[in-house]
Amino acid sequence: MDNKPRSWSDQQIETIIGDLLRAGVVFSGAIVLLGGIVYLVHQGHTTPHYGVFHGEPSDLRSVRGIVRDALAGQGRGIIQLGLLFLIATPVARVVFSIFAFAVQRDRLYVVVTLTVLAILMFSLTGAQV
Amino acid sequence: MTVLGLSTLVFCGSLVAGVVGSLTGLGGGIIITPLLTLVLGVDIHYAIGAALVSVIATSSGAAAAYVKEGFSNIRIGMLMEIATTTGAVLGASLALRAPTSAITVIFGLALLYSAAMSLRTPDLGGAVDKPDPVAQTLELDSSYPTSGGFKSYHVHHVATGSAVMFGAGILSGLLGIGSGALKVIALDEAMRIPFKVSTTTSNFMIGVTAAASVGLYLKNGYIDPGLGMPVMLGVLSGAFLGARLLPGMKTGVLRHVFSAVIAILAVEMIYHGLTGKL
Repeated sequence: MDNKPRSWSDQQIETIIGDLLRAGVVFSGAIVLLGGIVYLVHQGHTTPHYGVFHGEPSDLRSVRGIVRDALAGQGRGIIQLGLLFLIATPVARVVFSIFAFAVQRDRLYVVVTLTVLAILMFSLTGAQV
Repeated sequence: MTVLGLSTLVFCGSLVAGVVGSLTGLGGGIIITPLLTLVLGVDIHYAIGAALVSVIATSSGAAAAYVKEGFSNIRIGMLMEIATTTGAVLGASLALRAPTSAITVIFGLALLYSAAMSLRTPDLGGAVDKPDPVAQTLELDSSYPTSGGFKSYHVHHVATGSAVMFGAGILSGLLGIGSGALKVIALDEAMRIPFKVSTTTSNFMIGVTAAASVGLYLKNGYIDPGLGMPVMLGVLSGAFLGARLLPGMKTGVLRHVFSAVIAILAVEMIYHGLTGKL
């Protein structure tokens, strides 16, 4: 293990990843807050129905629909966009780890991390199950 | 109740969950679902979607703090994530098919288990023993900082650990929880990793595991922005407050109180699931 050239230590990589994740959470939290304000101003007085599950409308279930609703200035769309950014933070962590293991020339863990990314992508973009 | 009223209540509840979760290290996500279903009458599918969001928020938000301690082992985390993410996708697709009553009862049992686990005294020893060839091939052995300098450790039983992780992934996807308690068991008891390394590595994995199931929840309409917004903002504010309170705080009593609350919620969930009231 020690005879491999490692330009970055695990600790340095972890620190960068940790800061990256925190920035992602703060950024997505700000978007959710903005969307929340728009949502409460426009729909705060209405009555919600969460007692029975009917599922979200189709435009809040896909990336394209969420972006369209958010750009139209709809509060619920903006919140959902912020939640998408939040979901992207752990995915970004995995992507960044692939890069970091590649820099360390650790082929085994590049393959391991690519496998994890493939499973994540299957869930996030694959067909409805 | 209006949207404004409900959002305020959910925000306050999530804030408390975030504070208590970060102070006790148990994660607030596990009490979000009982809060939404038992107290506010929200359908369990929406509640699980919102809880998953909170799990990602706390895991990603806490990562920077954990990293500074320098304990987590990213190779173990990444290798075990193959098992947890596969399990999470399977668990989420089960959740789409399983009846509400079954999910509720399983949730109650998972809560009971967490309550029991939180009272366990961790074995801080970290036995020194022979290296395991599988772990060596997979470059899993590492070291962690202690008061007396860096201490190296060997990792064992990679296959058993992976199997428990697969189960933790299924539960995470099915119930929208982090399954932190089960992940720590796999790392701690099966793979014999020092306690501090296993808790930080578990936090590393929780967010990625939750992300693996959240895609299916989103596509099937379980992620509601009206609930996700107050839950995410509440839990994050709570975790931030908790982290500020943490230095110098005695959390022993709090852990016992929180465990008792979780146990009561567990019994309620099981009762409601069996009687079909949710």
